[in-house]
Amino acid sequence: MLHLPPFEYFAPCSIADAVNLFAQYGDDAIFVAGGTDLYPNMKRRQFTPKVLIGLNGIDGWRGISNGNGVTIRAGTTLNRLSDHPTIRQNYPALATAANLVSTPQLRAMGTLGGNLCLDTRCNYYNQEFSWRQALGFCMKKDGEICMVAPGSPRCWAVSSTDCAPVVIALDGRVRLVGPRGERVIAAGDLYRDDGIAYLGKTRDELLTEILLPPPDGTKSIYLKLRRRDSFDFPILGVAAALRFASNGEIENARIVLGGVGSRPLECVESARLLMGQKLSRELIDAAADAAWKPARPLDNTDSTHSYRKKMTRVYVARALEALSEK
Amino acid sequence: MSNVIGTPLAKIDSWDKVIGAAKYADDMNLPRMLHARILRSTMPHARIKSIDTLDAEELPGVVAVITGRDVPIEYGILPSSQDEQALCVDKVRFVGDAVAAVAALDVETAERALQLIHVEYEPLTPVVTMNEALDETRDAIHSGEHADHHNIHKMVALEFGDLDAGFAEADYILEENYFYQGNTHLALENHSALASFSPDGHLTLWSSTQTPHYVHRALAKTLELPASRIRVVAAAIGGGFGGKTDPFSHEIVACKLTMLTGRPVKITLTRQEVFYCHRGRHPVLMWVKMGVRNDGEPTALHFRTMLDGGAYGSYGVASTYYTGALQTVTYKIPAYKFEGMRVFTNKPPCGPKRGHGTPQPRFALEIHLDKIARHLGLDPAEYRKQFIVDDKTKTVNHLTITTCGLRECIDRVVEASGYGSEKRETRNESQESKIENQKSKIKIGFGLACGSYLSGAGLPIYWNQMPHSGVIVKVDRGGGVAVFCGSTDIGQGSTSLLAYIAAEEFGIDVRDVRVITADTDLTPVDLGSYSSRVTVMTGNACIQAVRPLKQKILDAAAEKLLVPAESLSFRDGEIICEDDDARRLKWTDAVVLTEAKHGTLSGTGSYKPPKRAGPYKGSGVGVSPSYSYAACVAQVSVDIETGQVRVEKIWLAHDGGRALNPLLVEGQVEGSVYMGVGEALMEEMTYRGGLHKAPSLLDYKSLTMNDMPRVETFLVETNDPEGPFGAKEAGQGPLLPVPPAIANAIYDAIGVRIDETPITPDKILKALEEKEKGRTARFGPKNFPNAPYPEPLHVEPPEDAPRLERKKG
Repeated sequence: MLHLPPFEYFAPCSIADAVNLFAQYGDDAIFVAGGTDLYPNMKRRQFTPKVLIGLNGIDGWRGISNGNGVTIRAGTTLNRLSDHPTIRQNYPALATAANLVSTPQLRAMGTLGGNLCLDTRCNYYNQEFSWRQALGFCMKKDGEICMVAPGSPRCWAVSSTDCAPVVIALDGRVRLVGPRGERVIAAGDLYRDDGIAYLGKTRDELLTEILLPPPDGTKSIYLKLRRRDSFDFPILGVAAALRFASNGEIENARIVLGGVGSRPLECVESARLLMGQKLSRELIDAAADAAWKPARPLDNTDSTHSYRKKMTRVYVARALEALSEK
Repeated sequence: MSNVIGTPLAKIDSWDKVIGAAKYADDMNLPRMLHARILRSTMPHARIKSIDTLDAEELPGVVAVITGRDVPIEYGILPSSQDEQALCVDKVRFVGDAVAAVAALDVETAERALQLIHVEYEPLTPVVTMNEALDETRDAIHSGEHADHHNIHKMVALEFGDLDAGFAEADYILEENYFYQGNTHLALENHSALASFSPDGHLTLWSSTQTPHYVHRALAKTLELPASRIRVVAAAIGGGFGGKTDPFSHEIVACKLTMLTGRPVKITLTRQEVFYCHRGRHPVLMWVKMGVRNDGEPTALHFRTMLDGGAYGSYGVASTYYTGALQTVTYKIPAYKFEGMRVFTNKPPCGPKRGHGTPQPRFALEIHLDKIARHLGLDPAEYRKQFIVDDKTKTVNHLTITTCGLRECIDRVVEASGYGSEKRETRNESQESKIENQKSKIKIGFGLACGSYLSGAGLPIYWNQMPHSGVIVKVDRGGGVAVFCGSTDIGQGSTSLLAYIAAEEFGIDVRDVRVITADTDLTPVDLGSYSSRVTVMTGNACIQAVRPLKQKILDAAAEKLLVPAESLSFRDGEIICEDDDARRLKWTDAVVLTEAKHGTLSGTGSYKPPKRAGPYKGSGVGVSPSYSYAACVAQVSVDIETGQVRVEKIWLAHDGGRALNPLLVEGQVEGSVYMGVGEALMEEMTYRGGLHKAPSLLDYKSLTMNDMPRVETFLVETNDPEGPFGAKEAGQGPLLPVPPAIANAIYDAIGVRIDETPITPDKILKALEEKEKGRTARFGPKNFPNAPYPEPLHVEPPEDAPRLERKKG
């Protein structure tokens, strides 16, 4: 069995306390919610924080409430999220995505905020210390170069969150609270195309809420590619959200891919093709083709990268077909 | 009789397992116990120039640090492969090879100390693939004494009957290459060992091992202690599957550290280390050439295998022979040539995994037969049934068939699945209609395959004339029965089996029997849980131990009841006169009478398999008291757009002889199906330049509950004369037909052949692309490397083996 490195644990009762604690310990500290991503990584020494700031004791950390749309507190567990009637009814893609994360046990602990901030993954990186030592360490932890693309100046670890593509496709926003106050940004801006600095928030900012606009007739779906029917991270995720006018024309379209880059990849060209059109076989194929082109999976997850790229077209087409039938 | 045999009963240790009372090695803690960790090589192939342990020794909390110089004596499971050292002395041979060990007050300190050991390596060119192993310009992994030639560990070539004549008689000859990927056991319990050395020089090791007797021998050798002062106890075991069948480095290291420190020492491996210990399924490349007549009758079979052995010998010599031994025990083959070769590579060593060396050739053979049947326009099931071996015959390579229920196995799965019939068409539709969307992209197919496995190796691992299994039975004057046997229960229920047999024989309740196993101080030797030997061998030994005791008890009871002993039987806790059931004695009373008359009541039994090895070198592998048979139909659905395969259902009929506990036999079948489906679809040991790509439960893919197909099991109960109560094996054989049945079903569904495992979606798409382009609709190895197989040893087949009838010229 692997053991956790030693650390000090704080359990603040308010967001303000959590943010203040972080400001106090800075580089030595990490926020932790469900811990389902962080603790295994700590056991493998991807992280050895001196201080953990546990968030589960924060008053109002969990819950889903109505407003203009819906507000999901970051500490809401994935199980709660996928079981919630409003989410299932109005944002079915999010309920699906949450329900496809890992295993039932981990969904009971894992949170939406945690899933959105999930560390990027790479099979040169998510390994025990001694394995990485044998490899010679990669740039994401303890090393100099990217092992999957040694000529590259950047890290290519893969965004492996199921929920992020959906939240972006649903035009969600996130609330960040930090020592300099709070701000609300588009969910897409939470991510950067870099395997190491993959979050568009500063380390001392705490993600507290996810805000989804009213569904307004938007249909959404999430499809996940993985080897097994449980347990596995996505090696491709497709989130699609379409809003149809009464005449069947598409008024709004967003397709976002997960698992094919260091950040969720928005298929802008596919959306452009779909806008103002009615779904047809030809249109679906054209949109799927447009999504396939920019997807650049590398050989650093399960399965072959050529297969994952090939599946981008198939999965996008299937997502659109399913939405056309709904 | 108490009707225990043949009854579905819970295992006698099931409560302990369910409530968490069972003590696995890692659950045990002793006063003053130290925790040890092993430093493992970061290089696939290198010379060790120096090891500096000073910094580690000085870390507070560290009690001892050892290196290879402290335990340099070579060992290995096979007497012919003594090529391992508990800690490497001069060379490391794979990433994960053990180099040094630390014992400390706690695991964290031991772990930290590992980072303070400085090893200077001189890297050597790694040998990663089989082709690289054949390249003589690369460095040799072992010195000459451990290898037949350079990096070729073992070469064998045997020819039985007249192969040329067989091919000359053939109307159709099919040649093809196949590849079966390596995979690992993935037992849930990580290996763990706890060792304790007493001041008076007695060493005790509790370990998660399937073979305490062989560990006992390895410890005596490597630690230079008399075996009489070493006690090896197998703790409760959380799954083995062959992965705990070698003596392991960490066992020897724990013992050495307790001897040096005088304190108990525990080592529990991490999951990554378990992947490094490995000893799992060999990757095997195969070339098969088979000749048949127009009606499909086999006339000759030529089978060539190349095994990627990894860094050490382990069971590899046996594995090599096993890739050739059992092709003959299912269908009548009159001429057979086998060429096998195992090479060393700088990867974790391969060894025995469920089916040891036989699932790979079975995969190739059963796909090959499916191809032949399709080519000849024959139904694959009916085709196979025509040429099944007969009871009480021998095979061309001198294996003895006692009973074979394969024909009935095929009938059962064909009937239940509707394989090849109209019924199946309707089944197709009902299945397809359930799938929403993309209906036309989902194709359903059915595949059939068979298999056979031995009920225990006919020869021990080291040459000796002693029994393979010993049992002592003691009857207490309170009526309790204790059975002592060296066998290890790895979850299959071998301990329970001894209780069932004793209860059946004495006509008492199973709960009145206690079984003490796998303790070299307390129990007579049993060679261990491998080769599906335990039911047949310990069962027979147990019967032999019990029967003279029964006679004594009957004699005493007869004297008391004034009836002839022959008229008495054991039933429901009593000894009853069959002619006059008013004359009866309680079991406990009978036991008291018997002890008063004869003194302490105990009996011993021994079992040695019949001597049946053929008259040639290498004939010891494959010989067995009896063979189990299995037939499987797999139903798959294949998505032609994504290449994804779902195994919808498995029908599996197994002839394991009489099922002593049908519940446990069905459990073995279901477990085998689980493992077989995983091997067929996803499990694989993959490496990048000698570094294991996925040494974790998350990244090494094996089936989850959601991926597991429905399983319908049929037990075909032949009554085998060699078995206790007619039993044969059940632990390994049912796995064999599963992967080829799935491959054949995929062909049935989409018309492409995937001739290698794992059958992944991308391989399916590639084969479909080939098909679309009008090329051979196949994914698999295209050629077989040029390798120096030796001239074969020609062996005359036995009298009662299948004969080649000359019909041509």
